[in-house]
Amino acid sequence: MQFACPHCGPRAQGEFTYERTVDSVVPLDAVPEAAMATLFTRNNPRGDDEEIWRHTFGCRAWMVITRHRITNEITAVRAVGPDAMP
Amino acid sequence: MSRYSAFGLLRGALNGQKHWQPAWRDPEPKASYDIIIIGGGGHGLATAYYLAKVHGLRNIAVLEKGWIGGGNTGRNTTIVRSNYRLKPLHNFFEFGLKMWEHLSDELNYNVMFSPRGAILLGHSDADMTKLAERGDALRCDGIDADLMSRDEVAKLEPLLDISRTARFPIEGGLIQRRGGTARHDAVAWGYARGADSFGVDIIQKCEVTGFIRDGNTVVGVETTRGRIGAGRVGICVAGNSGHVAGLAGLKLPIESQTLQAMVTEGVKPMINSVIMSQSLHCYISQSDKGGIVFGGDPDNWPSYAQRGHTMVMEGAVAQGLALIPALSRLRMVRTWSGVTDMSFDGAPIIGETPIKNLFLNGGWCYGGFKATPASGWTYAHTLATGSPHALNAPFALDRFAKGATIDETGSGPMPNSR
Amino acid sequence: MINFTFDGKTYQAEEGDTLAAALLRNGIGLVGRSFKYHRPRGIMTAGVEEPNALVTVGEGGRSEPNTRATDVFVYEGLVAKSQNRWPNLALDFGAVLGLAAPILSAGFYYKTFFGSAKRWMFYEYFIRKAAGLGDAPTQADPDRFSQRAAFCDVLVVGAGPAGLSAALEAAEAGKRVILVEQDAILGASLIRDPQTLNQAWIDATAARITALGARILMRTTASGYWEHDLVTLTQRNAEPGQVPPTGIAQRLWHVRAGQVILATGSIERPMTFANNDRPGVMLSQAVRTYVRRFGVAPGKRVVIATNNDDAYKTAHALREVGAEIVAILDARPEISDVARDAQLKFRVHTNSLPISTKGAKHCLRSVEVDIWTERVVYVADLLAVSGGFTPVIHLHMQAGGTLDWNEAAQAFVPAKSRQNVTTIGGATSPDPIFAVAPVSDPTKSFIDFQNDVTLADVDLAWAEGYRSVEHLKRYTTLGMATDQGKLSNMAALGRLAEKQGVAIPEAGLTTFRPPYTPVTMGLLAGAGAKDGGAHVRRLALYDLHAAKNPIWQPLGYWFRPRAYPIGGETLAQAALREANAVRSAVGMTDVSTLAKFEVSGPDAAAFLEIICATSVSKLAVGRGRYTFMLREDGMVFDDGTVWRLAENRYLLTSSTGGADRMATHISYVRQYLCPHLRVSAVNVQEHYAGIAIAGPTAKAVLASLIGEEPPRHMSTVAAKIAGVPVLVLAASYSGDRAFEVYVEATHATPVWAALEEAVTAKGGCLYGMEAMEFLRIEKGHLVVGGEIDGRMTPHDLALDKMLNKAGGHIGASGLSRPAFSEPGRPQLVGLEAIQGNIPEGSMLVTAEGESPQGHVSAAAFRIVESGSIALGQLTDGFARHGEELIVTSPTRNQQARVRVTAPHFYDTAGARYRD
Repeated sequence: MQFACPHCGPRAQGEFTYERTVDSVVPLDAVPEAAMATLFTRNNPRGDDEEIWRHTFGCRAWMVITRHRITNEITAVRAVGPDAMP
Repeated sequence: MSRYSAFGLLRGALNGQKHWQPAWRDPEPKASYDIIIIGGGGHGLATAYYLAKVHGLRNIAVLEKGWIGGGNTGRNTTIVRSNYRLKPLHNFFEFGLKMWEHLSDELNYNVMFSPRGAILLGHSDADMTKLAERGDALRCDGIDADLMSRDEVAKLEPLLDISRTARFPIEGGLIQRRGGTARHDAVAWGYARGADSFGVDIIQKCEVTGFIRDGNTVVGVETTRGRIGAGRVGICVAGNSGHVAGLAGLKLPIESQTLQAMVTEGVKPMINSVIMSQSLHCYISQSDKGGIVFGGDPDNWPSYAQRGHTMVMEGAVAQGLALIPALSRLRMVRTWSGVTDMSFDGAPIIGETPIKNLFLNGGWCYGGFKATPASGWTYAHTLATGSPHALNAPFALDRFAKGATIDETGSGPMPNSR
Repeated sequence: MINFTFDGKTYQAEEGDTLAAALLRNGIGLVGRSFKYHRPRGIMTAGVEEPNALVTVGEGGRSEPNTRATDVFVYEGLVAKSQNRWPNLALDFGAVLGLAAPILSAGFYYKTFFGSAKRWMFYEYFIRKAAGLGDAPTQADPDRFSQRAAFCDVLVVGAGPAGLSAALEAAEAGKRVILVEQDAILGASLIRDPQTLNQAWIDATAARITALGARILMRTTASGYWEHDLVTLTQRNAEPGQVPPTGIAQRLWHVRAGQVILATGSIERPMTFANNDRPGVMLSQAVRTYVRRFGVAPGKRVVIATNNDDAYKTAHALREVGAEIVAILDARPEISDVARDAQLKFRVHTNSLPISTKGAKHCLRSVEVDIWTERVVYVADLLAVSGGFTPVIHLHMQAGGTLDWNEAAQAFVPAKSRQNVTTIGGATSPDPIFAVAPVSDPTKSFIDFQNDVTLADVDLAWAEGYRSVEHLKRYTTLGMATDQGKLSNMAALGRLAEKQGVAIPEAGLTTFRPPYTPVTMGLLAGAGAKDGGAHVRRLALYDLHAAKNPIWQPLGYWFRPRAYPIGGETLAQAALREANAVRSAVGMTDVSTLAKFEVSGPDAAAFLEIICATSVSKLAVGRGRYTFMLREDGMVFDDGTVWRLAENRYLLTSSTGGADRMATHISYVRQYLCPHLRVSAVNVQEHYAGIAIAGPTAKAVLASLIGEEPPRHMSTVAAKIAGVPVLVLAASYSGDRAFEVYVEATHATPVWAALEEAVTAKGGCLYGMEAMEFLRIEKGHLVVGGEIDGRMTPHDLALDKMLNKAGGHIGASGLSRPAFSEPGRPQLVGLEAIQGNIPEGSMLVTAEGESPQGHVSAAAFRIVESGSIALGQLTDGFARHGEELIVTSPTRNQQARVRVTAPHFYDTAGARYRD
């Protein structure tokens, strides 16, 4: 695949590592039961999902990539992190 | 069912092999069944077979969206072994391995189980201690495991690079001599033929599109071939568990990933056993046709694509060549990919769901093929009796919420860190 | 002339000959044996789709089995051997299997060889020996393979008329262009059929393309089409078995293309009739190629069988070189214009088909044909066949494309794609044909030549219920040979559709997967073949260690000194001596690989309280403490120390083995989970080298170097050693008074040297990881990957008392899960041998033959006193101190009796690491 890094432009997938899905993120203030439910279940759709990737072998920034799980079509890339805060 | 035998083949030689019957029927779905199994892979078909044979049930359907054995049953590297470190896992897989040893006779279908030995290679003293620990755990539970010295490994597999200067020098290995390979398609076909002979309806090109519910109880399924009622429904669609369970509103501790495998052009025998290495993440064996069958790490991101990434494959080949340099001039002739159900502790899920009369068998990660007989046996027990067999009780779906995970690698919930 | 050998005999080839052309030039028709029945086989094609003429080319580690004779260009000294025959090609005993063919029908092996697994293995031994084709090399490959990444606006695959034109057009439009051609010359179909576009046009076009800055890669195959228009190219720098001039045999390209144009043409189909596999039966276009390109006529008396107009060109080509055209069998009932013209020169029969062939000495002798209703036998030494054309749609399909059905050509042609790829030229418009269902003996009518799959096999699979195209393929092995069904798929689909009573498009199609043609494994591996692609990181102080010739220990990508033996010391002797030095005097060791993070900013403490499971914020400046981290599910996953260096600046250390995942974890928390915090968390693992110095005299040694009182236990101070600024942390892993000295890695050498000199002067020595293990086990300290195995809770490891009561840290939510507090959990214990030595990794059992209740995670010997001790995980172990157990290692034949104790064997009062 090829990802459009918000900081570096289009780069080969080999520069990136997949970390987790957005729906796996446990908010720090989640109550235990909800936290474990979030950690241990996924939507895992046969379609678009929001994934957290890191440009590990590039700028190292984290980003959210919306990708189709069958066609690999990428419909959105969003920067995250302190610099991307509103 | 016409029995398979050498005599049958000889008889066929005189009649152009014209006397053989279809291995399974092609029935229309009935209005309802006592038990519906979703998914005509090895596990689903084995479940149907044991439901009929062991539990005496007859009114059973296996619904397959495509062609039987077309999912991960037909896309794996055919390795069979039981040498897991953790007790619930090795007890389960050992039960299965014992079934493999008689499966061809049981099914009257040669599944070509070939216990040529499965070696885990150790590349350091620390590796060898870990292998000893695993072997000791197995031996104490009555499962075969032997440590091999470097020389013994070299004798069994002379083409391995055993030089001391290798990046990952081979210090020895742990062999399960009863492990080996089997013919993957034959497992699905053999179970299908067996189940069919008991009257199980195997319905291909029948995709489940929804569940029919009465409150919190499943009473049937919607399919591309109409509504079908059911007493109990068993999901058995590893690779697509998340999708099918999602039709019932369930979210699972499963992420789907692509796992690639490949095979080279056929050559005369050069690899005698199944070679696995955990430092060099690959597993290698030679098929009866002579192709070197090769697998590596999964593509480490979620996917349902049944298509892998070339870099992952190239990495696996590099690791394989580091082990066996003589593979260099062989040619990779075919690659394929399966969609694996990566569960969040690396162990399968077999048991009840929060919805009454709906059961789940999935989460096999990249180790489902070897489990086929044990999976079918225990899932059949679970579906027939409504509660798990002792062997699959530890693999309940609620173990994640309870904190009773079975984490062989100790790497936690994220499949991509396994 | 070029000399080459085939099966030991020397022959001559012309410049530019493929091996197949050279063999034909020398009158050799029998080239190989088929996979299953060992039937004699010759050359059927002139391209990469060749199923029959497979040979082993080259010698030693360079030999390539299963090389298609049609896809290797002869070079001086080429050595080729036939395969899958014994004792020789002409007299192959394996051919008796052909007599058994009526028994060895499709899937026969599923129906027999029952009995135990051992019994199957007995049969399997012979099956395996008979299977396979060539022999694999047994030596390492002497050549290298390289990889290269490239980008272009337009990638054109195939340099026939369409591809050349497209490449020129794109280059003229100012695009960056790469044109690839699998052959050694440009032109493709133009070489076989030069017309208005001739060699001069090819040369001129190529020259213009190159002049415009485009790149033309010859002998290069686009073998895989991946996501987002990534195409892998395999480029041959040398022919199979040839010594590459540059040492690099092949190159793998990863090309990311803006647009891909496929001008891949089509592959001619054979015809299906009895004994259609005999040497001397050849595809019509291949015959033309041998005549026109190589100047070799593969036969003197030729029968041509066709269902289309194209094969008439072959008749003309053969006639030009003086071959006799015995007859042209045209399957079409009505005569076409081309056929009518041909009637002036040739005997043309409409509505006629080959039914069978006969041979002599493995060569074609005669062809039995049906002309209308009449059976005729023609004597011929060559039968040229054309069953139509199959567009090469592989890359289009790998890219996720869809297909249309071209009824006139009875062929699939590319339709849409979700990637930026277009197919042009012959692959989009195959010639029309007249399809006729096969009529002759199905048991002898081959469709997959290499794997010996006949029409009868397809029929049997159908009868037995293997009716989906995938079942058919898997049951019969059709399309699974080295040609991957390039010649056989359409014939099989035709038969399947006939059985189903549907049109071919409804019969289904198997998936097209990379590679298009087989790819050398060494090429895929590239430079990674040497070390499995794993890199090595070198310690900053590597040279100093290496000078002492230590025993090295691999640890992830690091190698660390395990011990520094003196004289003839064994590892254990050296480690015990080194550990003794620490216990009695002083020792020093390199701890540079520990994970290290500098955390600073106003919210640094708050951030660390999220990462660490212990409290951090109460730490005074200049103080440090032990800490551990939990995974999100509540399991302990690492431990280390945290130091408050200044008001808002902390240093966090954690394990070497977990360094990468800890770095990712910290980055995740900082970047994703807590972007709002005012904090910087920097990975300084390799920025600082670390040296630990431990032992009763460590304090005195350090004092002499830093010129001040060293910090008290769990305190830190900035100082200088040998004039270099260092950070001194007082922390003890060994159990004795100890310090860790951190220094910028580039300045570590003088610091190490000064420390070593002082340590040696005090009677101390260097110690390695083995001694460190002994020391920490005796002290009962944990190690990641040992006691901390990812399955242990804080309570299991007796760390729960240190948990931050305020919670709020990662993993706190997981701790309240019920199974964490149920009985039956593994718990950390000490083990003391009563009898024998405790083997590391062994099992804990209450009695011989019982299932294990735990295991030994680390074992050592008491350093000063004697005795075997260990740490372990034991079910409900906290309550079992004092109990006697057996430790057993069946795989090593070792056993010991042990007493369960607390996991501390040294200085349980904790007096020795404090002043």
